[in-house]
Amino acid sequence: MKDLMIFDSTLRDGQHAISHQLTTEQVERYCRAVDKAGEYVVIVGHGNGIGASSVQVGISGTPDLELLAVARKELKQTRLGIFLLPGFGTIANDLAPAMKLGVDLVCVAAHCTEADVTQQYIKYVAELGKEVYGVLMMYHMTTKERLLEEAKKMVSYGAQGIIIMDSAGASTPAMVKETIGYLVENLPVPIGFHAHNNLGMAVAHTWMALEVGARIADGTIRGFGPGAGNCPIEVLVALLKKMGYQIPVDLNILMDVSDQIVTTFMKKLLEIDSITIASGLAGVFSVFTLPVKRAAERFGVDPREIFMELGKRRVVGGQEDIVVEVAMELAKHKKQ
Amino acid sequence: MKKIKVGIIGTGNIGSDLLHKVGRSEVLECGIFTGRNKDSEGIARAKAMGVPTSFDSLGAIINNPDYCEIVFDTTSAVYHTEHAPILKNLGKFTIDLTPSRIGMMCVPAINLAEALEVPNVNLVTCGGQTLIPIAKAIMEVHPETKYIEVVGSVASKSAGSGTRANIEEYINTTTNALKSFSGVPEAKAILILNPAEPPILMHNTLYALIPEPNIEALTKKINEVAASIQQYVPGYRLAMGPTAEKGKVTVTIEVVGRGDFLPAYAGNLDIITCAAIRVAEEYARKKILSK
Repeated sequence: MKDLMIFDSTLRDGQHAISHQLTTEQVERYCRAVDKAGEYVVIVGHGNGIGASSVQVGISGTPDLELLAVARKELKQTRLGIFLLPGFGTIANDLAPAMKLGVDLVCVAAHCTEADVTQQYIKYVAELGKEVYGVLMMYHMTTKERLLEEAKKMVSYGAQGIIIMDSAGASTPAMVKETIGYLVENLPVPIGFHAHNNLGMAVAHTWMALEVGARIADGTIRGFGPGAGNCPIEVLVALLKKMGYQIPVDLNILMDVSDQIVTTFMKKLLEIDSITIASGLAGVFSVFTLPVKRAAERFGVDPREIFMELGKRRVVGGQEDIVVEVAMELAKHKKQ
Repeated sequence: MKKIKVGIIGTGNIGSDLLHKVGRSEVLECGIFTGRNKDSEGIARAKAMGVPTSFDSLGAIINNPDYCEIVFDTTSAVYHTEHAPILKNLGKFTIDLTPSRIGMMCVPAINLAEALEVPNVNLVTCGGQTLIPIAKAIMEVHPETKYIEVVGSVASKSAGSGTRANIEEYINTTTNALKSFSGVPEAKAILILNPAEPPILMHNTLYALIPEPNIEALTKKINEVAASIQQYVPGYRLAMGPTAEKGKVTVTIEVVGRGDFLPAYAGNLDIITCAAIRVAEEYARKKILSK
């Protein structure tokens, strides 16, 4: 596992847990401390990627470009990365200025069956000569064959690797083994896995993905992320070291950052509760946890029921406006 | 009544939907249905309807300008950039359904009359056609509004290859049109493709940040505007709102398609093809009267 690449999404996916309110001071402190740990890239920005600050998915406390500027100053050994969702961020307003600030690596993401919307963006980054990865989200909603087809499109646009996201934490070990193994076997580029901990399997599933040939582990320190959180990078690294793998990552730095810095970002400790379990069972994007809780309170309905109904409607990331509608309808039914 | 001939370039979802709508028009008939895709289902349907077809895209109209007086371009922003000057030289009244922003931007409920005076009319985007009139209505009631955001969710199946290749243009064009038509100083557009099966109905949400919204006045004005759009987009409906919560006003619009080429979920086709037909019919009526 010498060529293991750790993608650190703490300052991106973690934003979901605090409604995208990370400050420049927090980003500065984090980047300064983690820079020497040996991670491959630190990804910074709004939880839904740069340019996603909006009423729909949450207004950023600090503009992405300001966060990126301080991160750029502090990251000397580790790459600075961003995440971009076509349909939210644009080249004109977000990507071009970010690249000008000196971003090294871009993850361009799409729902698992929609890779063709990433073409303009992957090409743009590839033509600048920067590293670019394709991300397929909510992978549990399609087949491994379809994932391969979509991943191949991204590779043809110029993606240097493909990251599969279990955005709802809806995986089982067999699904991870089967899917990641199949993609590793059939694609010429590194494959990565990004887990969510809804069913308590984030570290186990990330390990499983590595075991069948994935080379990118995408997680967050202390699991800082939406809902039940992500794969805690320091736990994964500790596990791999205990298993005897030589990985050039400094566990002590990661643990210090976890205890001393990431805990100060959190509004509450991460836990798996009945709501995050419902999200995993229903296969609904973990980032819906906060909007669902808010709507459940506002309309006096059970948040788990909202999740199950969202699951039936097969909502995808970004459709936060549906949450209120579903809650209203459930409230109406309850009255009748 | 005499009919005016139209040409449709692009035989994908939007072109094929237009073809059906032209077929129902009292003043329009399709003179040529032309594209590049040899496997197009639209081409097969056009042939069955007895409409002349070609695989030479714009070339068919260059070689035989008598095919049509009005041209609908449904290809993509990049292609329309090439097509626009040629169509202008040929003297064709051009209705552009790509987000190219070359011609005058038009939302029929707002500036139809002006659009008939220029050679090239751009129909913004489906999200723009759906929510710009609502944004304008909000700004008329609350001119102090600083920010408006529009979110379009469309069924993945209804977004053809042109749309998918033009996400960047879609967002930028919608945002610019939103600002220029409504006058709001800051705006954002978001587009989400949803692959759910069965496909979801086209769903558009608008948020406006207004510290003290007058919901009664907003409701009245928005209902008036919705009624004026329903005159040319029958499936246009106010699904929710306006509602206010902590200085945020929300309005949700759904467009139920007529089910011409794609089923009813694809309201995003209808909103822009209905707008295109509205512009073309108005142009044709003027033309017929002046002949």
